[in-house]
Amino acid sequence: MSEKTTPVLRESATFDRLTIQEIQRAAETGIYDIRGGGTKRKLPHFDDLLLLGASVSRYPLEGYREKCGTDVILGNRFAKKPIHLKIPVTIAGMSFGALSANAKEALGRGATIAGTSTTTGDGGMTPEERGQSQHLVYQYLPSRYGMNPDDLRKADAIEIVLGQGAKPGGGGMLLGMKVTERVAGMRTLPIGVDQRSACRHPDWTGPDDLAIKIAEIREITDWEKPIYVKIGASRPYYDVKLAVKAGADVIVLDGMQGGTAATQEVFIEHVGIPILPAIPQAVQALQEMGMHRKVQLIVSGGIRNGADVAKAMALGADAVAIGTAALIALGDNHPRLDDELKKIGSAAGFYDDWQNGRDPAGITTQDPELSKRLDPIEGGRRLANYLRVLVLEAQTMARACGKSHLHNLDPEDLVALTVESAAMARVPLAGTTWIPGSQY
Amino acid sequence: MKTFDLGNTTVRDLNQALHDQAKTLEEREWLVTHPDGAHNLAVGVNEAVSVDIQGHAGYYCAGMNQKASITVHGNVGVGCAENMMSGYVRVKGSASQAAGATAHGGLLVIEGDAGARCGISMKGIDIVVGGSIGHMSCFMGQAGRLVVCGDAGDALGDSLYETKIFVKGKVESLGSDCIEKEMRPEHIEELQALLNKAGFNEKASDFKRYGSARQLYNFKVDNACAY
Amino acid sequence: MCGIVGLYLKNPALEPQLGKLFEPMLEAMTDRGPDSAGFAIYGDEVADGWVKLTLQAASDDYDFKALVGALEGKLAASLDWFQNASAIVLKIKAEEAAVRSALAELAPDVRIMSAGKSIEILKGMGLPKEISERFGLGSMKGSHIIGHTRMATESAVTMEGSHPFSTGADLCLVHNGSLSNHFRLRQELRREGIQFDTENDTEVAAGYLAWRLQQGDSLKTALDSSLEALDGFFTFAIGTRNGFAVIRDPIACKPAILAETDDYVAMASEYQALSSLPGIEKAKVWEPVPATMYIWERESAQGART
Repeated sequence: MSEKTTPVLRESATFDRLTIQEIQRAAETGIYDIRGGGTKRKLPHFDDLLLLGASVSRYPLEGYREKCGTDVILGNRFAKKPIHLKIPVTIAGMSFGALSANAKEALGRGATIAGTSTTTGDGGMTPEERGQSQHLVYQYLPSRYGMNPDDLRKADAIEIVLGQGAKPGGGGMLLGMKVTERVAGMRTLPIGVDQRSACRHPDWTGPDDLAIKIAEIREITDWEKPIYVKIGASRPYYDVKLAVKAGADVIVLDGMQGGTAATQEVFIEHVGIPILPAIPQAVQALQEMGMHRKVQLIVSGGIRNGADVAKAMALGADAVAIGTAALIALGDNHPRLDDELKKIGSAAGFYDDWQNGRDPAGITTQDPELSKRLDPIEGGRRLANYLRVLVLEAQTMARACGKSHLHNLDPEDLVALTVESAAMARVPLAGTTWIPGSQY
Repeated sequence: MKTFDLGNTTVRDLNQALHDQAKTLEEREWLVTHPDGAHNLAVGVNEAVSVDIQGHAGYYCAGMNQKASITVHGNVGVGCAENMMSGYVRVKGSASQAAGATAHGGLLVIEGDAGARCGISMKGIDIVVGGSIGHMSCFMGQAGRLVVCGDAGDALGDSLYETKIFVKGKVESLGSDCIEKEMRPEHIEELQALLNKAGFNEKASDFKRYGSARQLYNFKVDNACAY
Repeated sequence: MCGIVGLYLKNPALEPQLGKLFEPMLEAMTDRGPDSAGFAIYGDEVADGWVKLTLQAASDDYDFKALVGALEGKLAASLDWFQNASAIVLKIKAEEAAVRSALAELAPDVRIMSAGKSIEILKGMGLPKEISERFGLGSMKGSHIIGHTRMATESAVTMEGSHPFSTGADLCLVHNGSLSNHFRLRQELRREGIQFDTENDTEVAAGYLAWRLQQGDSLKTALDSSLEALDGFFTFAIGTRNGFAVIRDPIACKPAILAETDDYVAMASEYQALSSLPGIEKAKVWEPVPATMYIWERESAQGART
């Protein structure tokens, strides 16, 4: 070449800069990378599905006057007191410990304004959350941290957790910097310990024993409260059938986009399946047992907007749950925190080191100074606003499809943009009648 | 004295009647006959009543017990007194797996043997076993005391936190981070009080003490092979 | 996931009541296994040179009479048979291999459930109570019996997918638990010539045992090696011509309980299945230790004294 030009550098797709960084980090520290959040890489998701709005063959509903119902009843299979929610969007289980007390209180406030439920996490029930949340689902996990019958009786529903989407087959994790005096006290742990959690329940294994465990919880609560069973999406067709056979009132199905406060990066990215292929498997299982709509299905893992809500319900869910989105609504990863996040090695829009407990938003931290930054009342208002938008968006689209209730959306209202999403969601590729892989 | 014959009443009726005592205490003494291995007997009791179960019980007998004194004149299945908060449970026969699992308080006495995972994830309960216990016992034990007059199976106290373990007989093997510790006078005094409370004619000085080495409390690279 | 039960009579005077004693044991396991049920009963041994098979068709009205007639003609062998719902017990004076070959030709859709001197396997879809009534379990006689109630985990609810699975002459297996490496193992066993009819993990365990026994292992050696070869959680009960065996995996999460009196040895997933047995209040009751085979057998077969 006659002129000086800068050579074009070529990055390897297999050993890209991120991979190089990770290998070098592993070589230096000798420990796997731990972070929060759900799967970050791009997956087939609700964005690959489209709703077919009304035209000549179908008619839309007018806004406001022509009602589009949004309520949902959960747990009417066996419980004396099923839960009646105003909207089909619930707040997923997140622990006090993973989140600050103010964050849990904010979630309770916002959910109550919106007429929905919150869920405790792997650390037990706080008075703040029970005090503020009109409908509180109490998680029953392998660790049994903080589990006690008084709180069981105070709960509105009990959610037996087999796993979560971020790590099906894995247990809870909370690193020492977040095991403060209060957290340690609730969990009966030494302060500052790196909490190791069991991945299996201590006193039952398998659906035959789960049936007896569900009966025990029902007996303790005098058959009043719905019993949910939460599973991380892996083999949902079998898992849903077994959960129903074991006596579940509600199934909660969490896809791999579902977040966690802390777990190994490889677990998040490589174990479990996205929510898109999980929902049709779960619905098929319920339908084959004649239990669709009788045992309700709540799905989670990457629900972000009203379109996701509408599409999940069109695929057959009775409701959805939000986790990561709720935290973002409270203020997680807000642009105004960019400078502070840069000081701790991240940036606004990228921050996922929730395990370190240094969140400048005051949400995924136990630090008292940082926690103060989240005002529970303001946070509750923000969450309620976000929930309202989710529901309004879903209603708008449902009305456009001619539906007077969100649960009247069905798979025929959907088409797919890609072969993968068509096969996973079991809806046709747009413009065709083709559903790839339909021999299941 | 109120008698429930499970031959012609249901476990639901029994549990509801026991739960009602927390609202209005009408009867302090309860007798359950013909249990025949039924599950979930006397679960979620929340009053200082005494319950005698004449025969063998199934899974989760006395689960989540608060305040009650429950005696099983026979064997019990999986998860006896699981998550107990307070009170007293006595098993005259043997217990199956996960006895006293995740329990926060109270005293569980098993006169016979206990199966695998005895005291798994225990969070403050005292468990005293007259016979031997199975493998993986006291796995992730967080608090409380486990006393074994017989032998202990493999992997005792694996991943142990702060539970104190006392064993008189042979320990097949110790789990990760569980080590033998010195029996000092204060431990002998503490253990003797527990043995007396359990009604066992044993000498505390015959026992050895085991506890956490606390090496796994914060992750260190060199301990990676322990996982 | 499932319930398993077994009863071995030490006292021959109880043999006429075997079915009556066992029926409530099977029904007690209904909550653990509502999808299908089955049992393998031993007794009524055939003479030397004879073999006993149980065959099952898809429905009650299968023309077994015609099949038996055709078989008689083809093999020119003495035989005796009786029908029980959708199954028949066939006793025939011939080699097992010849009978299997003939049946494969004459009626490939009829399933051979068991073969041997003593064993009869009956199983089907439905609640345990339905299975008991369909096959008349309550009035059966015999020396020992093992049974199973099924809650299907990953494979379909079919008659073929029900337990017990036959693993060889007079041998069968029932399983409570879930294996995690059965897919690869099934492929390897197929290469060794073992046949499979289902996607069921228990069928793979049965096939593994059958293969080891064919290779000359004793039952103990085969079961001990299964602890390494099979990954997952299991309690197995194995029926043999002269008795039964029980073994649990090393982690031992799935339940198992044994009870012994002078009259019998009984086994079940839960104590409540044993609570109707006579003298159970005085029985020695205990849990089998993990990774250890327990076996009860008569020293010699009935009628063959040494």
